[in-house]
Amino acid sequence: MIKPIYGILFMAIITYFIRVSPFLLFRKKIESPFIQSFLYYIPYAILTSMTIPDIFYSTHFLPAAIAGTLVALILGWFEKSLMTVSMSAVLAAYLVISIFS
Amino acid sequence: MQNRSSSAFVSPTYINGLKAGFPIALGYLVVSFTFGMTACLSGFTIFEAVFMSMSNVTSAGQFAGMNLLIAGTKYTELLLTVGIINIRYLLMSTALSQKIPLRMPLYQQLIMAFGVTDETFTVASVEVETVTFSYFMGLITLPYLGWSAGTFFGSLMDNFLSPSMQSSAAIALYCMFIALVVPPMKHHRNIRKVVFVTMFIRLMMLILPIINQISSGYSIIIAACFGALYGAYTDSKQKTEVI
Repeated sequence: MIKPIYGILFMAIITYFIRVSPFLLFRKKIESPFIQSFLYYIPYAILTSMTIPDIFYSTHFLPAAIAGTLVALILGWFEKSLMTVSMSAVLAAYLVISIFS
Repeated sequence: MQNRSSSAFVSPTYINGLKAGFPIALGYLVVSFTFGMTACLSGFTIFEAVFMSMSNVTSAGQFAGMNLLIAGTKYTELLLTVGIINIRYLLMSTALSQKIPLRMPLYQQLIMAFGVTDETFTVASVEVETVTFSYFMGLITLPYLGWSAGTFFGSLMDNFLSPSMQSSAAIALYCMFIALVVPPMKHHRNIRKVVFVTMFIRLMMLILPIINQISSGYSIIIAACFGALYGAYTDSKQKTEVI
C-alpha cells in the first residue's frame, strides 16, 4: 500500500518526464517536410482518437451522449467558441438525461 | 505547411495567450470540480486532491492514478498506467518543440513543458504560428488556476452536483475537442482525411480480435499516428504532383 502523497509525487514525476523529454531530445528544428507535416496533423489526430468513441460512454446514458455530440458537431460546424459548444452540449445531455432516463 | 494557422500572430504576447486560455479554464473548472469531489468521496484528503491537480495537471491520468492509489497499488502498476495514459504528451511536446522560437533558453522550455495538456497544446498549435514563451505562459495561467481551484471547490462540495448533472458535465471536454477539430476540417481537405482515417483506425482497433486487447491509452496513440502519417503521406504525394 503506497501512501497517497508519495504516489501523487511519483505520478507527477512520470508525467513531467514525459512532457519534458521531447524538449530535451529535439534541440534543433526538424527539417524533414514529411515529419513536419506529420507533426502538423498530430493534434487533430490525437483529439479525434481521444473523442471517438469515448464521448459516447462519457455520460453513462447513450442517448444523452448522442444528443450532446450532435449539438457539439452542429455548433462546431458554425465555428462557435469552445465555451458555447461545450456548455450547449452539456445542457443538451442534461435535458435528455432528465427527461428520458 | 507554415501558413495554415487560422490567425497568425507574428509574436503572440502574454495577453493573447491569456485570452485564448479563458475557455479552457472554464472547461477545466467543471472537470476538476468533478475530480475533487470524486477524490474526496473516495477517501483522499482535500490537500491530497489539490496537490495532485497542481502537480500532475492531467485529467485522465489523475482519475486513473487516484483509483489505483485508493484500491492499493504498486509503483510499477502506477508507472505503467500513468505512463500509458500520458504517453500522448510525448507527441504533443515534440510537435510543440518545433513551434517555439529558435534559441529559446532551456529554463523556459523546462517551464513550458509543465503546462502541456491536450487543450493548451491544441490551442497553441492551431492558434499561433510561433509559440513564444510569454504566449504559452499566458495560455496556461487561467487553465492552471481553474484546474487547481476547481479541484479545491469540488473537494469542499462533496455532493453539490446531482448525479445527472455530473454525468452530463462529463461530456464537456470531449465537446471542446469537437469545437477544436471541426472548424479546421471545414477548410482543409487533408485535415478532414486525417480525422476520418484516425476515426476508422480507432474503431477498427476496438472491433478486430486480438488488436482489441490493446489498452485504450496505446490505441489512441497508434490510431493518431496512423492518421497523421496518412496526412503526411498525402501532403508529400500532392507536392510531387505539383512539381
